[in-house]
Amino acid sequence: MDSVTTRVSIRPYARPPKGSQPLSLYEPYRATIKRAPLKPLIVLPHTLSQITGPIFGHEKVGGKDNDLTSQHAGEPLGERIIVSGRVLDSNGRPVPNALIEIWQANSAGRYRHIKDQHPAPLDPNFSGAGRTLTDEHGAYRFITIKPGAYPWLNHYNAWRPAHIHFSVFGPAFIARLVTQMYFPGDPLFAYDPIFQSIPDEGARQRLISKFDLETTQPQWAKGFKFDIVLRGPEATPFET
Amino acid sequence: MKPDPDLVPTPSQTVGPFFAIELTTDEHCVRCVAGPEAKGERLWITFRVLDGDGTPVDDAMLEIWQADANGKYNHSEDLQPKALDPGWIGFGRLATGEDGSCVLETIKPGRVAHNSLQAPHLTVAVFARGMLKQLYTQVYFAGDASNDEDPILQLIPPDRRETLMARPDPARPGYWQFDVRLQGNQETVFFDV
Ligand SMILES: [Fe+3]
Repeated sequence: MDSVTTRVSIRPYARPPKGSQPLSLYEPYRATIKRAPLKPLIVLPHTLSQITGPIFGHEKVGGKDNDLTSQHAGEPLGERIIVSGRVLDSNGRPVPNALIEIWQANSAGRYRHIKDQHPAPLDPNFSGAGRTLTDEHGAYRFITIKPGAYPWLNHYNAWRPAHIHFSVFGPAFIARLVTQMYFPGDPLFAYDPIFQSIPDEGARQRLISKFDLETTQPQWAKGFKFDIVLRGPEATPFET
Repeated sequence: MKPDPDLVPTPSQTVGPFFAIELTTDEHCVRCVAGPEAKGERLWITFRVLDGDGTPVDDAMLEIWQADANGKYNHSEDLQPKALDPGWIGFGRLATGEDGSCVLETIKPGRVAHNSLQAPHLTVAVFARGMLKQLYTQVYFAGDASNDEDPILQLIPPDRRETLMARPDPARPGYWQFDVRLQGNQETVFFDV
């Protein structure tokens, strides 16, 4: 069997438009300087190794894992928010059953991580990590606390805009996405090299969630919408 | 035709320094790609991630994707006419430690048939603070006779193919080593996928 060459047809994935993704090297974000490859990447024709991918973590998602405010005995401090949206592919098709993992700082801008030295308090009622699966329409929903902005050492007086880290598994290993969701109107955008690393202005703006009155719950929590688009297969000429 | 701006893939952003609170907790790491019943040659690969100065990267995450011992992926789009090993998982996720390394337990993958037969390989995605998007590379096995026929390796200048070879640890049978050099003279080949 192993010696037989079988022709297996595959559908390659579409490549993202130029400028819509950051390059590896972006000098204003100093940590990229020693961690970005400088030799040309080899353009890879897609094989099964790229267009397949793991169905990961489904057994690890519990019923309340998408509610970061209910993981401890008491309520966390801060502004309660509901973050929801849909995961689609670049052909506009919903991506059902996708694992989304999030992590974030607490309302004071502090992560529950040994290396976070920001002198802001930890919140005993907030761990800052959650996960969920998209439903059959690609929809997801988290309940959490609005994270605080926090300082970092990239340059003098550097502050990250408030953000929630997102990790998403799509249907293929090359559709894997790790990104950050921001909040509308943050005055720190202009000074943040991580946000600014995306060359295309329109693509960059899509990392900013939108306030949404419809998913806002009276007397309880503000709603923010954040839709995610994963790479999808190249559209064939017969599709639109 | 200009793509619909609403359907342009969401831009990537770095995992940053604090991803371990969710992605690589003990519960969410997958250090072994193969269930205990999986068929094939069991082996351990020590990955080491180094930056442009050769300094170990102690805050990287590696994700691994590979076929089973018969070259079959655990995925519905793998239409090769062969059965998946019942003990097969195929996915791994590890965090590097202080010395920039981590150890993956797996089975040597078989040859995947596409337009031609590929040599046994693992696909690796590298994430870290200072990396605005993941980098993809592939791990091959030094000395495997089929490397010479592999269609992907043929795309790479011969003097750089070496960077994709895992090497057996002479002191420990079954153990292999693979360095991920993000930058520099011996920079690992990364792929534009
Ligand atoms: Fe962060």
